[in-house]
Amino acid sequence: MKKIYLDNAATTPTDRRVLEAMVPFFIEVYGNPSSLHAFGQEANHAIEDARYTLASCIGAKPEEIIFTSGGTESNNCAIKGVAYARHEKGNHIITSKIEHHAILEPCHFLEKQGFEVSYIPVDKYGLVDPADVEKAITERTILISIMHANNEIGTIQPIGEIGKIARGRGIYFHTDAVQTLGHIPIDVNELNVDILSASGHKLNGPKGVGILYVKKGIRMLPFMHGGDQEQQRRASTHNVPGIVGFGKAVELAKEEMGKEIEKLTSLRDTLFEGILSTIEFTHLNGHRTKRLPNNVNISIAYVEGESMILNLDMEGIACSTGSACTSSSLEPSHVLMAIGLPHELAHGSLRFSLGRQTSEDDIDYVLTVLPGTVTKLRSMSPLYKKEVK
Amino acid sequence: MEYSEKVMEHFRNPRNVGELENPDGVGKVGNPVCGDIMELYIKVDGGIITDAKFKTFGCGAAIATSSMVTELVKNKTIEDALKISNRAVAEALGGLPPIKMHCSVLAEEALKKALDDYRTRSAQSASGKAA
Ligand SMILES: Cc1ncc(COP(=O)(O)O)c(C=O)c1O
Ligand code: FES
Repeated sequence: MKKIYLDNAATTPTDRRVLEAMVPFFIEVYGNPSSLHAFGQEANHAIEDARYTLASCIGAKPEEIIFTSGGTESNNCAIKGVAYARHEKGNHIITSKIEHHAILEPCHFLEKQGFEVSYIPVDKYGLVDPADVEKAITERTILISIMHANNEIGTIQPIGEIGKIARGRGIYFHTDAVQTLGHIPIDVNELNVDILSASGHKLNGPKGVGILYVKKGIRMLPFMHGGDQEQQRRASTHNVPGIVGFGKAVELAKEEMGKEIEKLTSLRDTLFEGILSTIEFTHLNGHRTKRLPNNVNISIAYVEGESMILNLDMEGIACSTGSACTSSSLEPSHVLMAIGLPHELAHGSLRFSLGRQTSEDDIDYVLTVLPGTVTKLRSMSPLYKKEVK
Repeated sequence: MEYSEKVMEHFRNPRNVGELENPDGVGKVGNPVCGDIMELYIKVDGGIITDAKFKTFGCGAAIATSSMVTELVKNKTIEDALKISNRAVAEALGGLPPIKMHCSVLAEEALKKALDDYRTRSAQSASGKAA
């Protein structure tokens, strides 16, 4: 059976070239980068090389990059680190309704500690209006955090504009760029961001490694206390193979970005246009063009997401859904609710996220298999009969 | 979370999908937990359920429990059918993940409603005949 992985927004396969770059750092260059001997120093050079690669990819200076254990840690660090460092200046944070849980949960936590958080709504495409952010600013606002692109519907936010507003008011600005690093160009100067999170495993790098870009002069309390690593901003022995792999992944992504964007955008459009034109009562979630090149999110009326995922999995296709039935809270995706989808359409949502390995054949295969799956489930659906016959 | 082989088997090949023409009882329920919907149709002859069909908008567990409940009620008396609990349906499927037990409750409620509907209808037609 064909096996087609279209869940790259959840995680990507590690590129073989990345893996090959990492291997020596498990078995040959295994020293602790903090050690003064040759074993340690060679490892230290490798992480500094990776830091340089990462910094230059986003227009930052190497000393502005902190290595972490992933996107979740970077986001937690950013939100809580700024909140605790600046609580004397104010207690108000602005974010959006469609952030990843790794932003929303730290915000909920801070609300219990007495901070106030404004959650900016989005329009039907999932776009944040910079004017809404500006209106939400108060005397006590210390941090604005808006994601660069959404992981479910792929909408790319006007980060540069929001950053400009924040900078004009002297408010720290953070962006969660976990879905964008290595996928679309990022320049922290053009985006006017002070703090940025990213993660290795979303761009064909290893899991368990991330970065936090912190602009020089930005004050943040460290999240991990311990050794002196990362200029005392993040303790713990470096994940050397992970950091080396992340560096390699970014290097490859940067080299290949132009043609990758072109290829994926074309496959993406073929996929969603194919679905919209062959299956009736379908709807594209997110924006048509202000959209990650690898993201397709469709709602298919009268069917439920989990049963579609299971059926597609039986045909070898891996994707995901925002259906309530697949979430541990039994609530539909907060992102799909925020763009105003009715509950039933959130139920019938499917996300296909393309990757480096995705081919035209894969997309053709999905377009061949999906209509049959939908017909089968609609024939069982009490909603379909009523609406349609 | 993982489904048992039996759940997947019923999910892949659900039994008794569809509606019945001139059913003797219909149970329509919506699931307050996650928003799913199930319809169950039964045919009764001489106090015995002779046929059952369903339509379901819901997850894998909802489809499998719907399928199983239609299998379980067939050839049962109304009294015995009333005793079928959601646990019995789940057990017949080799168990459900804890988070999916509420889907089997939907199947039980649809069945109870269909049986109620049957009894209301037969009471009405009995009083109709008497008049
Ligand atoms: C937008 C976004 N932020 C944060 C994360 C969390 O990243 P990580 O899995 O590296 O902790 C993810 C990935 O799931 C994501 O998509
Ligand atoms: S029907 Fe929604 S979880 Fe089963």
